[in-house]
Amino acid sequence: MGVEGIGAKVLRKEDRRFITGQGRYTDDMSVPGMKYAAFVRSPHAHAKITSIDASAAREMPGFIEFLDGQQLKADGIGNIICGWAVTSKDGSPMKMGAYPALADGIVRYVGQPIGIVIAETQAQARDAAEGVMIEYEELPVVVNGPDAMKAGAPQLHPEAENNICFDWELGDADATAKAFENPAKVIKLDIVNNRLSPNPIEPRAALGHYNSAEDHYTCYTTSQNPHVARLVMSAFYNVAPEHKLRVIAPDVGGGFGAKIYIYPEEIVCLWASKRTHVPVKWTSDRTEAFLTDAHGRDHVSDVEMALDANNKILGLRVNTVANLGAYMSLFSSATPTYLYATLLSGQYNIPAIYANVKGVYTNTAPVDAYRGAGRPEATYVIERTMETAARELGMSPAEFRRINFIREFPHQTPVIMNYDTGDFEATMEAAMKTADVAGFEGRRQEAKSRGKLRGLGMSCYIEACGIAPSKAVGSLGAGVGLWESAEVRVNPVGTIEILTGSHSHGQGHETTFAQVVSQRFGVPVDNVQIVHGDTDKVQFGMGTYGSRSGAVGCSAISKALDKVEAKAKKIGAHLLEADEGDIVIENGEVKVAGTDKKLAWHEVCLGAYTGHNLPDGMEPGLKEGAFYDPQNFTFPAGCYICEVEVDPDTGVTEIVQFVAADDFGNIINPMIVEGQVHGGLAQGIGQALLEGVNYDETGQLVTASYMDYAMPRAWDLPMFKVETLVTPCTTNPLGLKGCGEAGAIGSPPAVMNAITDAIGNNDLTMPATPEKVWNAINAVN
Amino acid sequence: MSQVSMTVNGRKVSGECEDRTLLVHFLRDNLHLTGTHVGCDTSQCGACVVHLDGKAIKSCTMLAVQASGSDVTTIEGIANGQDLNPVQTAFKEHHGLQCGFCTPGMIMTITDMINRHGSDLDEETVREELDGNICRCTGYHNIVKAALDAASKMGTPQQVAAE
Repeated sequence: MGVEGIGAKVLRKEDRRFITGQGRYTDDMSVPGMKYAAFVRSPHAHAKITSIDASAAREMPGFIEFLDGQQLKADGIGNIICGWAVTSKDGSPMKMGAYPALADGIVRYVGQPIGIVIAETQAQARDAAEGVMIEYEELPVVVNGPDAMKAGAPQLHPEAENNICFDWELGDADATAKAFENPAKVIKLDIVNNRLSPNPIEPRAALGHYNSAEDHYTCYTTSQNPHVARLVMSAFYNVAPEHKLRVIAPDVGGGFGAKIYIYPEEIVCLWASKRTHVPVKWTSDRTEAFLTDAHGRDHVSDVEMALDANNKILGLRVNTVANLGAYMSLFSSATPTYLYATLLSGQYNIPAIYANVKGVYTNTAPVDAYRGAGRPEATYVIERTMETAARELGMSPAEFRRINFIREFPHQTPVIMNYDTGDFEATMEAAMKTADVAGFEGRRQEAKSRGKLRGLGMSCYIEACGIAPSKAVGSLGAGVGLWESAEVRVNPVGTIEILTGSHSHGQGHETTFAQVVSQRFGVPVDNVQIVHGDTDKVQFGMGTYGSRSGAVGCSAISKALDKVEAKAKKIGAHLLEADEGDIVIENGEVKVAGTDKKLAWHEVCLGAYTGHNLPDGMEPGLKEGAFYDPQNFTFPAGCYICEVEVDPDTGVTEIVQFVAADDFGNIINPMIVEGQVHGGLAQGIGQALLEGVNYDETGQLVTASYMDYAMPRAWDLPMFKVETLVTPCTTNPLGLKGCGEAGAIGSPPAVMNAITDAIGNNDLTMPATPEKVWNAINAVN
Repeated sequence: MSQVSMTVNGRKVSGECEDRTLLVHFLRDNLHLTGTHVGCDTSQCGACVVHLDGKAIKSCTMLAVQASGSDVTTIEGIANGQDLNPVQTAFKEHHGLQCGFCTPGMIMTITDMINRHGSDLDEETVREELDGNICRCTGYHNIVKAALDAASKMGTPQQVAAE
């Protein structure tokens, strides 16, 4: 490893602009003549719009224009699409209700955009938006997934009978039924996975600018995948032709999934800019973010696990109702199906698995991928069940897991996934050692002497990253390929620009991607520039989500570097009059192996551009591109151990220790990987202890501010004990598995297993608030 | 409309804004100091923290006119030219930031914390006094480490105050 190569702790190149206040986020952008937008949103969860009257708003100071769904429709702006077509078990396609960017006569969740007001200032736009008078005829409301399927429930979309969008299955129903015919024991559990709001601290924003002189469109937006935004806005929404639309996602202040989707607001701002001939900027406030950013999770499941007399798992059966919200968001069909049920085998040999998932419409905000996207839900199902089974069997949870671990690779699960590698025993042993599990009983007794209830909980997760082989996902219904692209531009002076389709919104790509280049050629990371987030600069890309930037994005860079290296070696061999096979490039030099003949890296690069002395027939220049399509998913896995103390008088839980032992394959920058784990753990612990999106029965969101939705704060979290073990991924060139989501995937069951262990009552749902914990303690006493 | 004058990062500035304009919007929109951010509507997230007459305040919770005549320091004003201040350096060295959006507010809050506690600052105090700053990326682990490291390097409260 070089000092700045793969595996080195390199401080982040991008930090300086952020710590000096010079980051450039979408709301920091302004262009001459720019005006401000505010959206008129539905105050009702389900209603017919009977009239819209903007006449009062038009008289207000600074008012420029009001546009609504009728004009949008008249201009041929297309409905919001879902990018993954899921097929129900009866063979029928999913039943999608139409989702216009501005409501078309009916609203189905509080906050749904109805119109846009454009005014001179942001405050004037908001004032005028309040001046738009809309009359409604209210309709009955349903907010809960299981309730929405009941007879007589309010119907949201005419296409979806009983509000069921899809009734999907995975696995072998007959084989699983057989596993339950004569088991030694069956473990049953009801599981609720609470609804969350992703809450990147930068609210969403969009600046649409139509330039009539050039007939060209620019959209600055808070996106994790600007190229996908451009494709979708041009091909499906007809806002602008793809070749005349530039989408820029500048510095983006966190995403966590919420900024994957192409929302109504950016479409409408771009369209409104063309209608009004002014650049239009909209910035969400936090309440709008709670109302309209896609939510995550919200599953209700029943689980059965069959065991044989040796405590080996025979089969697993899971029925899940996934609340989709009022409309299908971009990946909302894939998240509770192919990203969820395919991980239900966990780290274990399970011969038969059957999962049924019903995706259900309710009068709530759309639900889609949030950090982990389906895998946290699967991990919660399997790891709560494993711990429950161990307790019912009177075994140690570690021993029960140990006898069921997968130990041979590759391993084909009954639910599509083929795990290439892993060592589950190793991560569990490492975590148990760091957590001093052997000393836990002593600590429990000591806590008891202080009147506290101490508990220990474990979670052995596996997840799937590096989404995904295009052919495979295409056969399962994906509307796009999930490869990544990269271009390596070597400048005549030897500095290097990497143009990547991945997008960094906190992950540190400007540093880690430069380390991959430094590793290859021995050039300093300061001589490498990472270019991303601008469709005019980078040809194409699928963006960053699903922990794919390392496994897929860096693989594309690696592939392009292969081509640059090959050409540089040819030039070097020619200039040094050596055999191409004898050339090595290291430490910034192009050398003939075993001799002292060498050229500086920049001499070869300059030679490529002067073209004065190149091999016959070689084109000048040193620039290569690559598209990388993964062969398989990657499978990060690990073991998390949480230790809690609960105060029985107040129900307050304190996390006294949290240990994470992860296997992410090879690691580019351990400092950044640890940071990703910390952040993921905080979100997972937040889900377990604090966070929950709550709608009341009328569909009003009662958790629409940081006064009401409990975000994890510094006080709520411990210092984490994080370590990594390595089994390199076998299916990509750098052996990377991905680390962005593991913390959020693995931690909720560890926390809940710890609390339920402490209080001796397994009947507890997330978030485990003091009130719920106190009630659960008193229910068993 | 109101006429507002104040000293920002050592420079006398003035501008005209609506009476209802918050200090954060005056800084961002009138002065184009966009390092101070807005992350919520309820004075909870702390992305907008600046120093007003030497103390950390949330610039979303004060009208620009209320700050008239005051001495304001923003994230753009705490480095000494190209030299970062110790809290900025500690954030970089301890990977105390990821997306960077909460970072200006965090740095301004922690600088104020160190101004008051100096090298006596401990983990419990940092976590308690970060109550008004939300970070979604880091899990606070490295922010706490950065704060403690910067405190140890910045010395006693008296020394800091004298600088």
